[in-house]
Amino acid sequence: MKLKWQIAEVTETIQETAQTKSLIFDVPEWQEHFAGQHIDIRLTAEDGYQVERSYSISSPPENGQKVAITVERVEDGEVSPYLTDIVEKGYKLELRGPIGGYFVWKANQTPTKPLLLIAGGSGIVPLMSMLRHRNLNPINSGAVLIYSAKATADIIYYDELNELTKKDGTLKTVFVVTREQPVNWQGYTRRIDLQMFEEVLGKMTTDYNVFICGSTSFVEAAADLLQEFGVSPQNIKTERFG
Amino acid sequence: MTDGIISKGFTGRRRNSGLDKRDRIPPGQYETDQFPVLSAGPTPRVSLDRWTFKVSGKGIETLEWNWKEFLALPQETFTVDIHCVTKWTKLDTGWKGVSLDTVFSKLNLLSAPNLQYIVAKDVTGYTANLPLKDVINGKAWIVHEFDGKTLSADHGGPARLLVPHLYLWKSVKWLNEIILTENDQPGFWESVGYHNYGDPFLEQRYRGD
Repeated sequence: MKLKWQIAEVTETIQETAQTKSLIFDVPEWQEHFAGQHIDIRLTAEDGYQVERSYSISSPPENGQKVAITVERVEDGEVSPYLTDIVEKGYKLELRGPIGGYFVWKANQTPTKPLLLIAGGSGIVPLMSMLRHRNLNPINSGAVLIYSAKATADIIYYDELNELTKKDGTLKTVFVVTREQPVNWQGYTRRIDLQMFEEVLGKMTTDYNVFICGSTSFVEAAADLLQEFGVSPQNIKTERFG
Repeated sequence: MTDGIISKGFTGRRRNSGLDKRDRIPPGQYETDQFPVLSAGPTPRVSLDRWTFKVSGKGIETLEWNWKEFLALPQETFTVDIHCVTKWTKLDTGWKGVSLDTVFSKLNLLSAPNLQYIVAKDVTGYTANLPLKDVINGKAWIVHEFDGKTLSADHGGPARLLVPHLYLWKSVKWLNEIILTENDQPGFWESVGYHNYGDPFLEQRYRGD
């Protein structure tokens, strides 16, 4: 069965940080997704010129046809500045999905290894779908999020992540900023390294279900460090952009 | 392709490429000068002294090469366009490697006419399936140099398959085995919703396209 292009209306936009914006669509014929999947968006200019791009879904499956993405504005990008600067509530766009069946996490899947999510920059987006999904389901294993951004102002979903962590004793969230030395900061202020993983994860287990998403260099670094820490490569799923 | 609603206020930024160049960019793709990386897991590091490549199949003899033997095979340098299902296209990429025609010439394939498909495997167990006809007659190589330099691990080094006329997930990185099969056996991405064949010019991205 072909994954059809559908017309979806933007029902809400949320400016998340200076460079990122969430678009929430109403997709009438949405077929439920798994946390971690993405959609393709197709734009058409008046003369028929078309472009397509992929964007990770940030909403949990439980939100049904209210499908959300979070777009990072790429300065010289062709598509992202249109989505972040021009599109507003009421706009209609073409999309198709859900797409991708590997970088996905289901709350009811067995065995229930602890979840380890590692995000670099806007790599948090598909992982946020997993955390929102996890929050809405009964779970019997822990989760750790290590989220690296350039500066505190670039951390997407900061308040929501703090709230989720506060109300859920089995979720640990660690923020990392690489280009700022904020005062009164509980998180790390350097690039991810082995010592950081040792401090955050402890010595109890290396048997995690790992999802890493971010730039290629970030994902390469994180995946190498985790293997050095002792995590088996078979347990590491990666998604790289740019 | 001409269907689709106008996206209000979208003008787009067509690249100033010549007509001939535009014809080389498949529908839904954009041209990039970068070389992005797409892999489902961590990058494996394979040392050259332990590198091997094997070809096998029902009813044919199994052949295996080590790195030195592989480099001793006739090498080809060539320039092709490559297309990733994640939407980027890179034009005029330069490679060096061994044509699969060279590899298969060492086997008596005529004695096994029922073997019409291949499964390409990497060192981690990743697989992709291809029809045999798509990897013979100058359509596929095992490459180990990109742009005149040793192929880096994140792009599939020491050696990867390269089948430029199909989406790049078919061009298995860290290749260590090709199995000739009677039946078409869906590989890794083919089993999780991606197209079984993957022709970029027909935009066969996902199952059913």
